[in-house]
Amino acid sequence: MDAKLKETILNPIFKGNPITVLVLGICSSLAVTVTLKGALVMALSVIVVTGVSSLILSLLRNTIPSRVRIIVQLVVVAMMVILVDQVLKSFDATYAIDKQLSVYIGLIITNCIVMGRIEAFALGNKPWPSLLDGVANGAGYGMILLIVAFFRELLGSGTLFGIDILNRFGYVPNNLVILPPFALILLGCIVWVQRSIQKDLQEK
Amino acid sequence: MEFLSLFVKSIFVDNMIFAYFLGMCSFLAVSKNVKTAAGLGLAVIFVLLITLPINWLLNTYVLAPDALIKGVDLSFLSFIIFIAVIAAIVQIVEMVVEKFSPSLYSSLGIFLPLIAVNCAILSGSLFMQQRDFTTFAEPVVYALGSGIGWFLAIVSLAAIREKMAYSNVPKALKGLGITFITVGLMGMAFMTFMGISL
Repeated sequence: MDAKLKETILNPIFKGNPITVLVLGICSSLAVTVTLKGALVMALSVIVVTGVSSLILSLLRNTIPSRVRIIVQLVVVAMMVILVDQVLKSFDATYAIDKQLSVYIGLIITNCIVMGRIEAFALGNKPWPSLLDGVANGAGYGMILLIVAFFRELLGSGTLFGIDILNRFGYVPNNLVILPPFALILLGCIVWVQRSIQKDLQEK
Repeated sequence: MEFLSLFVKSIFVDNMIFAYFLGMCSFLAVSKNVKTAAGLGLAVIFVLLITLPINWLLNTYVLAPDALIKGVDLSFLSFIIFIAVIAAIVQIVEMVVEKFSPSLYSSLGIFLPLIAVNCAILSGSLFMQQRDFTTFAEPVVYALGSGIGWFLAIVSLAAIREKMAYSNVPKALKGLGITFITVGLMGMAFMTFMGISL
């Protein structure tokens, strides 16, 4: 694999992380992080949607007139989201999670990561790098989602993936952690840690 | 009375930002000063107020099970229909505003296209679908309430961020980090409204 492709894959996961650096896709990322299971399903859904819609739009990039491109992008993304939603609904194991994620699966359509990567990358690059870029951005997003969900489920319910971890030692679950505002504070701390390590990201 | 409670509830209890984190991207990006924040807030109220009733009509008379043809459930199409309506309305609103009120256009101008991909707008329609409103007035009241809630949230965050420019924040926390934490704390304050049943 050549260096440029490697950069395409690694950059969105650490240095150009869509959530902590580009501030894209915050909307859905916070509400679905109460349990690790929900976060994992959401992360996989986003990876599929960003990857495949980047690929499709990259294949179409020379045929779409630039005036109507937003509508075309929305239609392709919405189609992918409908597919993902229908797949999730059709299995017993994921049906409950789909219900739990409720509107947030639908909101992948307006997740800025998807549109942002299509606009910034897929429309100007060949299909293969676009697919990788979409998947890598989805993965960068998923990573933050899982980190937040890890802390929220561990501290908020004392479990991980529904398996009891802390409660058996007499830990009393902290209900504050399950409530939405804590997710933002946790995300703020993740940004803090990342920017303490990568000093060039700090804002003036 | 029912409408009043729906209105107050959608502003405070079910606040789009603090209860559901919707429209966060533009909420964080466009809250550096109060004036532009208010502009975006107004645009959100405006677009919600137009798209939500239209989507309600479509949902009730086209997409709902048995609505269009007996025995056919088209609700799986709702994502694509809603987003298409929103994108189209935003485009039309932009053209109309540009034609009839250039001054409003120049103040809202850059925000209008952004709104098509604002999660607060699409989620307004999706929540409307979940809530099963029965009359036409309910989605209108709900749209107005959610819009005002969003407006309040972005204006108050912008006001805090304007003041925060003078405070001594740790270097790595400056900008994005401290904004996240501020929004979290504001969310906690808004949680006092939770559990109020009107």
